[in-house]
Amino acid sequence: MKVEKFTYDDAIVRKFMWATLIWGFVGMLVGVLIATQLAYWKLNLGLPWTSFGRLRPLHTNAVIFAFAGNAIFAGIYYSSQRLLKARMFSDLLSKVHFWGWQLIIVLAAVTLPLGLTTSKEYAELEWPIDILITLVWVAFAVNFFGTIFKRRERHLYVAIWFYISTILTVALLHIFNSLSSPVGLTIMKSYPIYAGVQDALVQWWYGHNAVAFFLTTPFLGLMYYFMPKAAEGPVYSYRLSIIHFWSLIFLYIWAGPHHLLYTSLPDWAQTLGMLFSLMLIAPSWGGMINGLFTLRGAWWKLREDPILKFMVVAITHYGMSTFEGPMLSIKSLNMLSHYTDWTISHVHGGALGWNGFLTFGMIYWLVPKLYGKPVFSKKLMNVHFWIGFLGILIYMLSMYISALTQGLMLLAIDEEGYLQYPNFVETVLTIIPFYWFRTIGGLLYLGGVVLMIYNVAKSVAGVKDLKDTEAEAAPFERKPLLGKFHSRLEAKPVQFSILALIAVIIGGLVEYIPLRDSVIRSNVTTIASVKPYTPLEVEGRDLYIREGCVSCHSQMVRPLRAETERFGEYSKAGEFVYDHPFLFGSKRTGPDLHRIGGKYPNSWHLTHMENPRMVEGSIMPAYPWLLTNDLDLDQLQDKLKALRAVGVPYSDEEIEQAVELATAQAEEIGKDLENAGFAGYSDKEISALIAYLQRLGTDIKGETP
Amino acid sequence: MGVLTVLIPIAIGLAIVAILGYLWAVKSGQFDDLDTPAHRVLFDDDDQEERNKRHES
Repeated sequence: MKVEKFTYDDAIVRKFMWATLIWGFVGMLVGVLIATQLAYWKLNLGLPWTSFGRLRPLHTNAVIFAFAGNAIFAGIYYSSQRLLKARMFSDLLSKVHFWGWQLIIVLAAVTLPLGLTTSKEYAELEWPIDILITLVWVAFAVNFFGTIFKRRERHLYVAIWFYISTILTVALLHIFNSLSSPVGLTIMKSYPIYAGVQDALVQWWYGHNAVAFFLTTPFLGLMYYFMPKAAEGPVYSYRLSIIHFWSLIFLYIWAGPHHLLYTSLPDWAQTLGMLFSLMLIAPSWGGMINGLFTLRGAWWKLREDPILKFMVVAITHYGMSTFEGPMLSIKSLNMLSHYTDWTISHVHGGALGWNGFLTFGMIYWLVPKLYGKPVFSKKLMNVHFWIGFLGILIYMLSMYISALTQGLMLLAIDEEGYLQYPNFVETVLTIIPFYWFRTIGGLLYLGGVVLMIYNVAKSVAGVKDLKDTEAEAAPFERKPLLGKFHSRLEAKPVQFSILALIAVIIGGLVEYIPLRDSVIRSNVTTIASVKPYTPLEVEGRDLYIREGCVSCHSQMVRPLRAETERFGEYSKAGEFVYDHPFLFGSKRTGPDLHRIGGKYPNSWHLTHMENPRMVEGSIMPAYPWLLTNDLDLDQLQDKLKALRAVGVPYSDEEIEQAVELATAQAEEIGKDLENAGFAGYSDKEISALIAYLQRLGTDIKGETP
Repeated sequence: MGVLTVLIPIAIGLAIVAILGYLWAVKSGQFDDLDTPAHRVLFDDDDQEERNKRHES
């Protein structure tokens, strides 16, 4: 048989590897900063761009999409070429993928601190960037599937299957969750087509599967390639890996509702999410055992090889996280853990342990392959391993203690049936010491990354004339999938990408229009007294979104004695039908705000936003700029139109007179503030925010017309 | 909960794609041999020295 000679594109792997290291450092640095902001509020620095609410999405996006994302791509580009015995389909598409992805990251790093956010977790980026993500992802998909088509190896190794599921599912999730109605073609602001409970369901269907198909399946693919490589032995059971893959992808898609237990989501949907989450233990643990047992008979190598140490700890964390996840999906445990630091501990167990350590192990393994020189210092690798490991332990333990402490305090009811700790701040102050411990843990982990960057830089210093790896293999004769036309197309990457993109756009439109209408129809209110927000309240709500208030404040009172006692009447699905987007929140660093409306006078909110320390011990950052920024109503009409497009029933007159209506309401609030001794705020942003806060949760108290 | 009329078909659609993928894999003999692929991955031929050795032997 004729043997073909070809080369692997290693340059693209090196690029992704360096991007992983650099963005990893940046993302984790922001993580340490915001973690410390919770322990020491002054670190918010009194600036809009550096306050917790705006930096938190920057941290999550940076570590997930920049650090983990680039790591996935590095691993996929390295392993796929070798598994498929083919160079990537198109070097140009590889470059488009790399530079496009870095551009997206830079745009995220600019827009998020500016407060341009959709507020939907891990999908915060606004619509123009969402479109760019779709373009780059299509380029990646075409490049990847093109490589599969021109492969020289008939069998698709299990890792390839994991990559395929990642690429297809992420595309679908991203498009469906990002469907929104832009305020204007030049305005970075949009409203999701879904509202309230439906938005929450779609968001967590996306959010959970982002964890599943961005942080789990691609990393499992990497595990199935790099773990046997590092261990120099085949995977424990290839058969089990195939079962692992198919059972995992059939179960994962419906676990999302476990993020919404005890919320206004229908009970049956919650139970369904819980059941699917519990079932997930089986495939996950099958995969974990498969990864770990790859070292069977070679456990002694763990003593010698820091790369294996990283990988074994990573796989162990995969096992722990996939055990903890289902447990937290059980309603009675979730009642305690939800809204507390338990969630934070859980995600960091997965992120620092599983994603982080697998990435580190993979990169240390890749460096000699990509640069032809061994890693500079094995000792530093070991130091990295131990301080990273210690960092994870300190991080997670402090968060567990903090979660249990605060969770139990918040639920505690005394013998008379009243709250044992009625003061929310008291529960926060109790856990501040653990926030300091978390900073220590985070710093250790970050320190490890710094050591790694130094170590890798030292290893590759002075390496010149890097050549692509040469390989040879016999071609695999394959019938063209769709006849001659397709096989001709396969040779033209750019045309192929454009056609694929057109297909995606048509598909998106076909989905968007009927979807929008069907969702809007079912959004008809079931509580007659619930009305759309006034124009001023819409502006106020957008400020709430801009400042990232949802990062720390939920708007979802669960039907539990301790919650109704603390916050008021529990939240009902019908109250959220005009909420584009939903703002349920998933962590309570501060108290729930769904029943805040009418609880305090307007002047209280003004003083509180300027100086939250009026609540003794509060760790909330101050928002003095809300009192000085002029209220900008220029986009108000367009905003109402965009909201009407997704089903909020604003009348023509309301849209026509939006600015007048808003100004009148702001002046009313301004007058009330003036009476309390605070003059001159009717044309400031604070008046809109107060209008929104005072409206929250009050509709069901109103009269039915 | 009208959005379920969308989410459920998507989930079923994904499942159908997965089932088709699985059937294709079985039919085209992807799973006929579940032992050698695990070993083959260890020999990527990317180590020049190693390859020369194997060619000689």
